[in-house]
Amino acid sequence: MHTSLLLEMAAGDAAERLAVTGGHVSISFDELAIRARAAGAWLEAQEGKTLVFVGLNGVDLPVAIFAGAFAGKPFAPLNYRLADADLRRLLARTAPSVAIVDDDMLMRLEDTPGVQLLPRSQFESICMDPRYRAAELAPCDPDIAVLLFTSGTTGEPKAAVLRHSHLTSYVISTVEFMGSAEAEAALVCVPPYHIAGISAILTGIYGGRRLVYLPSFTPEEWVGAAAAEKISHAMVVPTMLGRILDVIEAHGQKLPDLQLLSYGGGRMPPVVIERALALLPHVDFVNAYGLTETSSTVAILGPEDHRVAMSSSDPAVRRRLGSVGRPLPSLELEIRDPEGRVLPPGQSGEVYVRGDQVAGEYLHKKAIQDDGWFATNDAGWLDEAGYLFVEGRLDDVIVRGGENISPGEIEDVLRAHPAVRDVAVFGLPDDQWGERVAAVVVTRDGSRDEGGLAAWVKAKLRSTRTPETWDFRVELPYNETGKLLRRVLKTELTAAQKVA
Amino acid sequence: MELKPGSRWKSAVCAAEVVVVRPAKTSVTLECGGQPMVALGTTVPEGAALAPELAAGVSAGKRYFDAESGLEVLGSKAGKGTLAVGGKPLALKEAKALPASD
Repeated sequence: MHTSLLLEMAAGDAAERLAVTGGHVSISFDELAIRARAAGAWLEAQEGKTLVFVGLNGVDLPVAIFAGAFAGKPFAPLNYRLADADLRRLLARTAPSVAIVDDDMLMRLEDTPGVQLLPRSQFESICMDPRYRAAELAPCDPDIAVLLFTSGTTGEPKAAVLRHSHLTSYVISTVEFMGSAEAEAALVCVPPYHIAGISAILTGIYGGRRLVYLPSFTPEEWVGAAAAEKISHAMVVPTMLGRILDVIEAHGQKLPDLQLLSYGGGRMPPVVIERALALLPHVDFVNAYGLTETSSTVAILGPEDHRVAMSSSDPAVRRRLGSVGRPLPSLELEIRDPEGRVLPPGQSGEVYVRGDQVAGEYLHKKAIQDDGWFATNDAGWLDEAGYLFVEGRLDDVIVRGGENISPGEIEDVLRAHPAVRDVAVFGLPDDQWGERVAAVVVTRDGSRDEGGLAAWVKAKLRSTRTPETWDFRVELPYNETGKLLRRVLKTELTAAQKVA
Repeated sequence: MELKPGSRWKSAVCAAEVVVVRPAKTSVTLECGGQPMVALGTTVPEGAALAPELAAGVSAGKRYFDAESGLEVLGSKAGKGTLAVGGKPLALKEAKALPASD
């Protein structure tokens, strides 16, 4: 099944209902379908085989996703926050392609071989051009719907492949068609290049819930938009929630229209969710766990789970507030040991999932097993009632505020510093960001210049990738095969942090 | 009729359209209102009429399945006919509503 059919069905059922709001513009389901078809008609005549999107959230984003679907070309949103050189390198990998680029970002990407740049303003003109709006689309049978570049352990992003069949399976098995009341509106603040940004569009459209876009996130704007647009539903990453709560606490907004707030994309510190439940007692909370490779959510801790856990005196029930809930009924989930044996409740291992929505595939590399099981690379365990507790990535990618940070990249930069002999970078639990970057350094001369090393990293990478916790040692722990034991350091520093 | 996943079919006797979500394990004929459905985009045979006893209707967004063959389809456009395989009506798949997570 094609993702474009999701939009066709919605437009067929509720043509006049508002589908998307961005800035001061709102368009109906019918208009969304007309624009997507118009852009699709233009796109199918272009040489580029992939439709890239480099820009902020807005009405154009869902138009572009469905335009790609109608034209039978994969949609690849890129992270505009990357450094210019990294962004250009990613863009070059999409060639031959057509790239919709925010007008003020064009300068960064000019002259990328094999890439036809389309300023966003021109894309909007195409959507409104009567010739394209009246054009007939050739039938097509596309396979790949979306390509999402995710940070891997090596630092060079991998292109996760999501086929139409995976995404539509996810949507039709988790969302009731046009199940939303007309007044419902979902505030979307996750960026376009995040799986939650993609799934928000598909589930929102199929469910008939208006999407309201924030161009980019600030807590003040989020709270302001939630009130002004009478937002009923929203999804945030844990870091956002803490900052939103700060604003609500400071200014006393009640957000009376807000019915449901879902969160995911990283470890939610228990103190934050407890504060949220106390500050917004009328709101239902949903914790969603999923991966890019699984077309978004695979497990949900629902509103009732939150209430029961919060009010329980049984520690086993109470701690479920820190779980990601139970697997979706439409898929299977197991915990396995390194030899692949399925583990019983209470034992930690690697989380495996299987189901129609599970893609488990990268460009040129299939990561799913022949029997359909996908190893998530996340560590976790199930309790007796089937609640899943996720402990973090099996490998060492740091997830700071929803952003995946590869330790290797930071280590490489630090190793280039003249005073650094050896270094290990890893994440430490952090109540604001989920995790923060820590570095343990061995210097050549015994110096301990935190400030100088931090400035060194900041000058070469972004500030989010600059270590916030530093420790200095005479040597680092390695195993007998020469593999750095980051985990050992992480355990030591986490313990030291608790004592402090 | 090859009911491949993702293939789209329309009723010969009403407005209903469906998309195949899960293929049948055996070769089956998908009918609506008593008549075989036709591939979307092909011509509907003339003169076919809705059988009055097979007018339970198709709803957009509802899933229908045949337990025996494993065939599952999604209603993509509503219509009056009853979906069936070899004269046996398909069952409505009851899905538990999940809280919004995106």
